[in-house]
Amino acid sequence: MSPRPGFVLEVDKSTPPTLLWKGEGFGLQKLPTGSRIVYAPEPFDALEDPEGAIRRALEHPTGDAEPLSAQLRPGMSLTICFDDISLPLPPMEAPDIRQMVIEAVLDAAATAGVDDVVLIAALALHRRMTEPELRHALGSRVYDAFAPSGSLLQHDAEDPAALVHLGKTEHGEDVEINKRAAESDLLVYVNINLVAMDGGHKSVATGLASYKSLRHHHNPATMRHSKSFMDAPASELHTANWRMGRLIKDAGVKVFQIETTLNTNTFPESFQFLQKREWEWSLRDRLTYQATATALDKAPTKLARSIFHSIRSPHALRSVYAGEVEAVHANILTDVWDQQGVAVEGQTDIVTMGLPYISPYNVNSILNPILVACLGLGYFFNLYRGKPVVREGGVAILFHPTRPEFHPGHHPSYIDFFEQVLTETTDPVVMSEKFEHAFATDPWYRHLYRTGHAYHGVHPFYMWYWCCHALEHLGRVIIVGGDPATVRRLGFHPASTLDDALEIAADVVGPSPSLTHLHTPPLLMADVS
Amino acid sequence: MKAKLVRSISQARFPLAKPTWPASLPRPAPKRRVGLDYDTAWARRYPARLVRAAVTDFISSPLTQLVAPSTIVGASSLERLEGPLIFAANHNSHFDTAVLLSAIPAKFRHRLIVAAASDYFFDTTVKSTVVSLVLGAIPIERSKVSRRSAHAALELLEDDWSVLIYPEGGRSADGWMQEFKGGAAYLSVRTGAPVIPIWLEGTGRLLPKAPTAKGSAPGGSGSESSRTATLRRRPVSVTFGQPVRPSEGDDARKMGVRIEDAVALLGREVATDYYRARRDPDRALTYGPEASTWRRAWAKPPAISVAERHPRDSWPD
Repeated sequence: MSPRPGFVLEVDKSTPPTLLWKGEGFGLQKLPTGSRIVYAPEPFDALEDPEGAIRRALEHPTGDAEPLSAQLRPGMSLTICFDDISLPLPPMEAPDIRQMVIEAVLDAAATAGVDDVVLIAALALHRRMTEPELRHALGSRVYDAFAPSGSLLQHDAEDPAALVHLGKTEHGEDVEINKRAAESDLLVYVNINLVAMDGGHKSVATGLASYKSLRHHHNPATMRHSKSFMDAPASELHTANWRMGRLIKDAGVKVFQIETTLNTNTFPESFQFLQKREWEWSLRDRLTYQATATALDKAPTKLARSIFHSIRSPHALRSVYAGEVEAVHANILTDVWDQQGVAVEGQTDIVTMGLPYISPYNVNSILNPILVACLGLGYFFNLYRGKPVVREGGVAILFHPTRPEFHPGHHPSYIDFFEQVLTETTDPVVMSEKFEHAFATDPWYRHLYRTGHAYHGVHPFYMWYWCCHALEHLGRVIIVGGDPATVRRLGFHPASTLDDALEIAADVVGPSPSLTHLHTPPLLMADVS
Repeated sequence: MKAKLVRSISQARFPLAKPTWPASLPRPAPKRRVGLDYDTAWARRYPARLVRAAVTDFISSPLTQLVAPSTIVGASSLERLEGPLIFAANHNSHFDTAVLLSAIPAKFRHRLIVAAASDYFFDTTVKSTVVSLVLGAIPIERSKVSRRSAHAALELLEDDWSVLIYPEGGRSADGWMQEFKGGAAYLSVRTGAPVIPIWLEGTGRLLPKAPTAKGSAPGGSGSESSRTATLRRRPVSVTFGQPVRPSEGDDARKMGVRIEDAVALLGREVATDYYRARRDPDRALTYGPEASTWRRAWAKPPAISVAERHPRDSWPD
């Protein structure tokens, strides 16, 4: 049976309670009669022969590009860059799609006799990956062939010797990217397009860039004009990246882009109920839910977190294209929307979202309060095309415990951001003017970023800027179940139950608001008319 | 205590109870994985095989011997063969399989599947479960050699499972043999597995096929037209023939003719004797005369009684 499309369900008396994520746990919530629930499409079938599809993509490129094998020759320098730990979510079962693609590229390079090959994790300002994470993403065969000789690198946005300034765009934006990648005879970029935001020129122009370059589009003004950043034509973030990408091309950097889409088969067999429609839960699903929900409720947070972070997603390759950046990306966007798009008619007064345990920036880590805000208001709010699901001046109700917990190794600057910045302002513009520079250039954060596994000092600012569009658009943000002091620190309103939250929202949207719930994960993109 | 338990079960809500179905959504027809879609793989796993072996050896075979004391001829020739085999038998009664399961040597019986009509034996989940467990049955389409049925049987033969198949495609209404369908021949040609022809005699009188309403005389009434199948104690015989192997260049059609001839030969042998059956290939001895229903029934040899088959030793007068 072919997978069923996503749809909008109107809640009535017969609608069973809805599954809601609450960080490292979940529960069932009865939504008010008349509410709408946006259900994601069912996962598309996996490609039967992913290795074959990858080989065909490399040899039959899209757009104005020669086949990969025709671009490889002895004596050339080849750099293969790949997306980092932030994709896909949750991390996929082995073999990771990066491993499959990179092995195919390396097979072609070996056949052509290319000796000078370097692999670079395109971190931008993200944390460096650990050896197990790299082994998982690339496979041990690739890791062992390149890591011992120092040919497996992680992009360092703070190493002046490893960066090259390619020029300024017509808007005066600095384009400074990884030197090895830019100066190679061929740069192959291996992308995972989990959502429509990923890929295109953003891969190189962001993934391999320095702070000097990133600050031109990772700022409040750009983010406020990205409506949404899941919809490239309406996203100022993407427009800036496209300008930079074209400059990179004009500067002579030869990019062979490989983009892939995965299906939305997000949870393994034992957690399949998490992606099923509640009224279709089997006895096994109900018992599994009851057992896991109860156990997670009783388990210490640390244990629950480690259980969730051990989940490997059965994501499977849905499509792969290779060749010229813009042509490849256009095909990929169509496929992403085919898999994730759901038509939603009209906006709503209140949008509700259950936030899961994971975001792109806390794989094997803690979803700290700033990342909670970013996941809800940056990512989930922006999962739309056309108009936001919630009307301007409406209310977002998030479900998450929002504990004041931070991973000191991964998010050191987040702790100071929470204590020093958010205590003073939650206004993105004010904080960018007053605090950003100090955090971005702090030598301790820089040291931790370059030598440890810490996100760059400026990263918590970027996460807050990610919320800019939502913060400007919404009349109120409420977090149900969140630690009250922490939620207030974020500038939001705490509530203990949905009913409380609806009471609090009534000041803004009146006593009989319309409500829409985003039933995600699995991922969906609301096509709001 | 009990009342409290009953009350709490009856008042259970989702997720402990089944979820309600949103009124705005059409409820799809429940998926019935029966018929050809019924997955019998579970019945070939060790726990189910153990249950089946116990039921066959300790319950159904002794009961079968009680109800249908059987004379088995030619089974010793099977002992030297290695599986998998395709057993092809004429078919008169639902009791045939029980009789055969008690007659087929244990080395094949415990790794045997029975090809059963998907429309009859697999039409409900309960029936499907019972026949899969007790008989090791798999669903097949009896009207034709369907790709799905054939593929399932082929896979099992390749996995060293023997197959019991009734090539007539259903029970004979009057006890005479019907023309064979091609399933057994197809499987043999595809896998090279030898076919063991079997003739069953007497099971039609043990548990005859119930007449259908369609078969009743117009205007019929009373006990004759409403007669249902009833089990009567009768002796039966099971005659195993020599294996029929596909030869070089045999296609399913040619092989099918050879299988049917081999079973018919056994039928004649039972009706006459070993030599006459070969000397005089009288078609009517197995297929019956080409005549009206009653004349075909009339032409059937009379039933043998238990006493005839197993004469009691008695003191000479």
